[in-house]
Amino acid sequence: MIYLYSFLFAGLLCLIGQIILDNTKLTPGHITSLFVILGSFLDVFSIYDKIVRYVGGGALVPITSFGHLLTHGAMMKANSYGFIGIAMGMFDFTASGITSAIFFAFIFSLFFKPHD
Amino acid sequence: MEKKLYEKIVMNHKPKEHRIKNAFVAFIIGGIVGLIGQGLLDLYTYYLNISTNDAAVFMIITLIFIASLFTALGFFDKMVNFARCGLIIPITGFAHSLTSAAIEFKREGYVTGLGANIFKLAGTVILYGIVSAYIFGIIRYFIMGGA
Repeated sequence: MIYLYSFLFAGLLCLIGQIILDNTKLTPGHITSLFVILGSFLDVFSIYDKIVRYVGGGALVPITSFGHLLTHGAMMKANSYGFIGIAMGMFDFTASGITSAIFFAFIFSLFFKPHD
Repeated sequence: MEKKLYEKIVMNHKPKEHRIKNAFVAFIIGGIVGLIGQGLLDLYTYYLNISTNDAAVFMIITLIFIASLFTALGFFDKMVNFARCGLIIPITGFAHSLTSAAIEFKREGYVTGLGANIFKLAGTVILYGIVSAYIFGIIRYFIMGGA
């Protein structure tokens, strides 16, 4: 059942993004930024945690999960270190994704030429 | 007169059909990426015997690796052109924008080209992610008293 929810949730987010892309003048950059802000907003009242519990991997794959994890890491550290913890814990959960994305991008760009 | 009317009707109908098709394709492809994510999550928790949180990290890195590799090999651009938001909204879009910028600007040098432009497309996600997370973090910290 969690597979069906994964399919529907990830598909629905992409559908909303595609409808915005086709019917407005916004670029993909605008849309991904909007979705990141949406994800970090949904973490304020712990809504996204509930979504992840029900939907599983389908909620972790879209870019909204990136914003959610940024806020989530910030709040985890803020609990134990106070206000300064927001800056300390910001990348706690997203560091692995950002680091590997940058590293793979650099390594592959060394070996491959542009395909135009 | 009839020809003009005909063209007008065609113009009215053509983009709409494309929009519906685009939205449908984005829904299906995005859903499949979500399915792959959940599948990898179950695979890693079952075979590597790790917690769901650790498996989520492995799953994200696997998807980023696949998207970067396919971008470098050259056929991920065609897939993105076909699926549009179906591959841009998932984390694959983030990896794709980094790798395609890195490969495209490599010819302008490793520092002034690759280094300066690698975040040209992906930087907006990181910038607005951090700014919004900071602001929402402050709101949550002061209004709701932490997590």
